[in-house]
Amino acid sequence: MKITPAASQRFVVAFLWLITSITLLVLLFIIGYILVHGLGHINWSFLTESSRRMGREGGIFPMIVGTILVTGLAVIIAAPVGVLTTIYLTEYTREGKLTSIIRFGTDCLAAIPSIIFGLFGFVFFVVVLRMGFSIISGALTLAIMVLPTIIRTSEEAIRAVPKSYREVSYGLGSTRWQMVTKVVLKSALPGIGTGIVLSIGRCISETAAVMLTAGSALRMPDSPFASVRTLSLHFYILSREGISMENAYATASVLIITILVINVIAYLLMRRLAAKVR
Amino acid sequence: MSDNAKIIVDKFSAFYNQAEVLRQIELSIYSKERLAIIGPANSGKSTFLRSLNRLNDLHFHFSHSGKIIFDEKDIYDNTVDVPSLRRRIGMVYAVPAPLPCSIYDNVAYGPKVSGIKSRSKLDELVEFGLKKAVLWDEVKDRLKEPAMNLSGGQQQRMCLARVLALQPEVLLLDEPCSGLDPISTAKIEDAMLELKSSYAVVLVTNNTKQAARASDRTAFFLMGQLIELSRTDELFTNPADERTEAYITGQFG
Amino acid sequence: MKQDKIIQIALTIVALSAISSLVLITVFVFKEGLPIILRVGAKDFFLSGDWYPGEGKFGIMNMIIGSLAVTAGAIIIGAVFGLGCAVVLTQFAPRQLVVILKPAIEVLAGIPSVVYGFIGVVVLVPLVREYLGGPGLSILTSSIVLGIMVLPTITSISVDVIQAVPKSYRDGAIALGATRWQTTHMVILKAAKSGILAAFILGMGRAIGETMAVIMVAGNALELPHSILDPVRTLTSNIALEMGYAAGEHRQALFATGVTLFVIIMILNTIALTISRRSAGKAAKK
Repeated sequence: MKITPAASQRFVVAFLWLITSITLLVLLFIIGYILVHGLGHINWSFLTESSRRMGREGGIFPMIVGTILVTGLAVIIAAPVGVLTTIYLTEYTREGKLTSIIRFGTDCLAAIPSIIFGLFGFVFFVVVLRMGFSIISGALTLAIMVLPTIIRTSEEAIRAVPKSYREVSYGLGSTRWQMVTKVVLKSALPGIGTGIVLSIGRCISETAAVMLTAGSALRMPDSPFASVRTLSLHFYILSREGISMENAYATASVLIITILVINVIAYLLMRRLAAKVR
Repeated sequence: MSDNAKIIVDKFSAFYNQAEVLRQIELSIYSKERLAIIGPANSGKSTFLRSLNRLNDLHFHFSHSGKIIFDEKDIYDNTVDVPSLRRRIGMVYAVPAPLPCSIYDNVAYGPKVSGIKSRSKLDELVEFGLKKAVLWDEVKDRLKEPAMNLSGGQQQRMCLARVLALQPEVLLLDEPCSGLDPISTAKIEDAMLELKSSYAVVLVTNNTKQAARASDRTAFFLMGQLIELSRTDELFTNPADERTEAYITGQFG
Repeated sequence: MKQDKIIQIALTIVALSAISSLVLITVFVFKEGLPIILRVGAKDFFLSGDWYPGEGKFGIMNMIIGSLAVTAGAIIIGAVFGLGCAVVLTQFAPRQLVVILKPAIEVLAGIPSVVYGFIGVVVLVPLVREYLGGPGLSILTSSIVLGIMVLPTITSISVDVIQAVPKSYRDGAIALGATRWQTTHMVILKAAKSGILAAFILGMGRAIGETMAVIMVAGNALELPHSILDPVRTLTSNIALEMGYAAGEHRQALFATGVTLFVIIMILNTIALTISRRSAGKAAKK
């Protein structure tokens, strides 16, 4: 019997839909599984108290603070560097040797696994620059790690700004820098924001690189050179060493909710950008 | 008229990637005149207009030879402050291009980047520009609205107001009515007539009737060359060159 | 003008930070890692399975095999599921569903790798142990977990390259009476072939570089695996597991493991870049 094109189409399309549904179910399962087991253990004191007995008891407040500090600092460093790099690439130079070198560097940086960033951060920031296991070592390492994300998303956003805006701005007597800051960046802001928000997400999720650079201290940090333990590392240690499954699930729930919120913000920003370009 | 030339174009040629798109142009533009530039597509008329306030600099592949003298100085001289040159020689584009902000911010953009910070001075310039562009009465109560909300014709007059708020000396109009309906076109032409008393106006247009209606002198460009330049009534009734005649009688282009 | 020049120079300097970071990373990782490879000898380092840091034996062959095995499994799963999702997203899903599917796959990319590893341990490992045998911590389990993790990368790049195929191709084929699926696989996927290949290779890079999830589900055994149900240790987990207490030669050997990983990644990345650049060139010519 010969299979007709219509029949093979039905079969293949059914298979593709099956695959897509499985993917969606896996996503829902992961989120659901963590939240079902973890949400019940989250309460005010869990979020605001220090942890006791290696995390077996108490809360995760120092880890929340540590995560915010490391992530915040990383993005504060990476965002201006990334956006300025993009401005250079799109507005201040024509395509040539230098731009292709910069692009090559960015592409390679994007491909490097986080454990290598961890190794580098450890030997360079922690040991050679004597910053120790610290917020600052972790933040600098993560900043380099998310730089390509920020450059790529900003470049996409800046290239989407209509050429006519630039011409008008020049025509009205603005300098190149005024044109960039008052027109291009302003129009590209939602897109750049998306990149920054996604980078925040990557920093929060990262474990291997912070483990080798920020350390794993449970204390509240008292200086930029203090070691901290981020939420994802805390979750890893709790579950891996079987310290407390309850607290592991609760920490994972906090992580998942944060990531969901971040994705929603990125999505809304992207929609605003799309609306603007249209 | 010859003693008050505002701009003197002296053997000016322009190139994109070595290809010569303007060939040895020589002409003068006087203050308080309306000069129309007509010609078929690719005749170099827009390139010429954009050379007058150095907007072609934005193309990395652009180069030129010859001079354009404005205020006794070659505008392509290295010491020229290009942003302030562009403020003095303003440009309105073929397609209305409002910036993505309010009407007020659009019109105040030029004065702001020129360094004016005083709110009352900005208010004054915005009102001045909008009045000159015959748009004030239509928008005075909705200055904070996004400029995108205006109709096409209003947007184009706002673009005109945006340039006028800078109080330029020369006004360059690049087919400003090509996308507009006859009523909006008439409004822009009215505005141009009023502007003539204070500025030199250079109008590039595809519409020979518009050139005949709204200019004092007309230049005919063909394939990067200036073929003929004379008083508008003369050029349209009694052209010296047969190519000009062919064009204005609609035999090509 | 003068101000513009200063800004231009400042921006050039800032713009060089990405490439200089790359140089710094390369220099420092190699400086720490290369000497030990030379001292032990490349043959003993890469082709021996004896990793006994206490006795000064540093052979990483089993880990290279572990990484490759886990990555191969991951890419099979990631390719089937990732490309499947991309095809559904671009060819078959109605608009209303696309606006749910696309963000969902982005969320999948955002979930921390430790969470994937954890789900692998508490859900997948017992299932594999129960129904397929072995310790559960295995190549198979890691491949499944990593496959899901690289799926978003493959999907999003594939969606981009599929959407870059000119619409006229598809309309032309449909007009000739081809079914939707015939059009998809004979015209669209064919045109997007090299871009999709680049997506698979980048997915491989991600899988081979993943650390935390693999540590949790791969079992980390130093022995050479004999079946996909055996536990393995990957290059990445070797570094993360032992970095905490390693010193001296041992630490250098971990950096050397990093050097190996770095070289593999750079080779994969170069291949992917070359392929996608060539396909971009082809598209431009058409």
